[in-house]
Amino acid sequence: MSSDLMMREFGANLPVPEFETTPWTTPPPLAEATVAIVTSAALHRPDQDLFTPFDTGYRMIDRSDRKLVLGHWSSNFDRSAFLLDHNAVYPIDRLEELAADGVVGQVAPRHVAFAGNQPDTVEEVRLDTGPAAAAELKADGVDVAILTPV
Amino acid sequence: MCVLAHVLEDAGIATVVLASMRPVAEKMRVPRTLYCEFPLGRPLGIPGDAEFQHDVLRAAFDLLEASSGPVVEDYPKAVEADETPLACDLPPRFDADLPPSVAEAQGLQAAYGRALARRGATEVGRSIGSDEVPGALADLERVVAGEHWKEVYGPRLDAIAVSHDIRAYYQEAALELADGPPAGARQVEAWFFEKTEAGKTLAAARDALNEQGAPGGITFYMVPIGR
Repeated sequence: MSSDLMMREFGANLPVPEFETTPWTTPPPLAEATVAIVTSAALHRPDQDLFTPFDTGYRMIDRSDRKLVLGHWSSNFDRSAFLLDHNAVYPIDRLEELAADGVVGQVAPRHVAFAGNQPDTVEEVRLDTGPAAAAELKADGVDVAILTPV
Repeated sequence: MCVLAHVLEDAGIATVVLASMRPVAEKMRVPRTLYCEFPLGRPLGIPGDAEFQHDVLRAAFDLLEASSGPVVEDYPKAVEADETPLACDLPPRFDADLPPSVAEAQGLQAAYGRALARRGATEVGRSIGSDEVPGALADLERVVAGEHWKEVYGPRLDAIAVSHDIRAYYQEAALELADGPPAGARQVEAWFFEKTEAGKTLAAARDALNEQGAPGGITFYMVPIGR
């Protein structure tokens, strides 16, 4: 069995937080929307704090940042793609192109990176750091977020 | 990722998750999910292929047209495992008195330095700096040779971060040296564990530490599952 298949089976059987309902926000038309990327690849700038093994926090990444570190602690995914082309994980250049073409309204001034490896309950992200990151994006006028895992 | 979709949506931000694990997104009642069967670590599918990445984003943004959810769609194209190997020759060994992994790591210092200068960022540095990689390998060689890890390291075993730093050092140097097309998913990993002395040392040290009864929570994360 391939390593990815093992991880997918492992992931499918992990306990997950249960939600009774699905929240729903209707965005403005994409051509008028401000779009941010939210990734769980634990990206950070070299001058920002490193992610710790079960870091429940997040790092804000400026729209212009390209010198970034993949700070995720797991070795169970392809760690080379980000080095080959950061857009394979964090498609910031693609988003800029879509905005230049008018498909997307604006690229958000800041984007967000969390660490994907979290305690099973994910309580801090759900109750504390997630809402804090959301508030920062809202303050920047973000309407739509595209979420990229590794 | 799926929890964040709930949190963001609650805060008034519409979300689309590029999910790598469909059952998780389904169980968690995520508002909008585009399930992408791509190698893990490549959520946009193919490095260096802007057209493909654009298509994935277009498919994701199309889900914003739905009027209610949960919406789970499959991206129509799966990306199969790409077997393109990393084409990277290792520097010749120049000091026969050193353990092979230590000499090898020393030989990669110039390539690592060029990578750092070009990228302006590095994954090395969780526990050790790039100049400490050869010494860290020498320590692992001692464990492989039979010394108890407490004799080598003292009471605290920092093997996860050290293993990461060694691997990151090799990966960044190797991509600087590599020729040919971009390596497929996990192919840099395969090169490291199958072709380099350091990779073999790391796996052997993991086995030796397990035999010595070192904490399994540490050794498990030194090397990817299946290696």
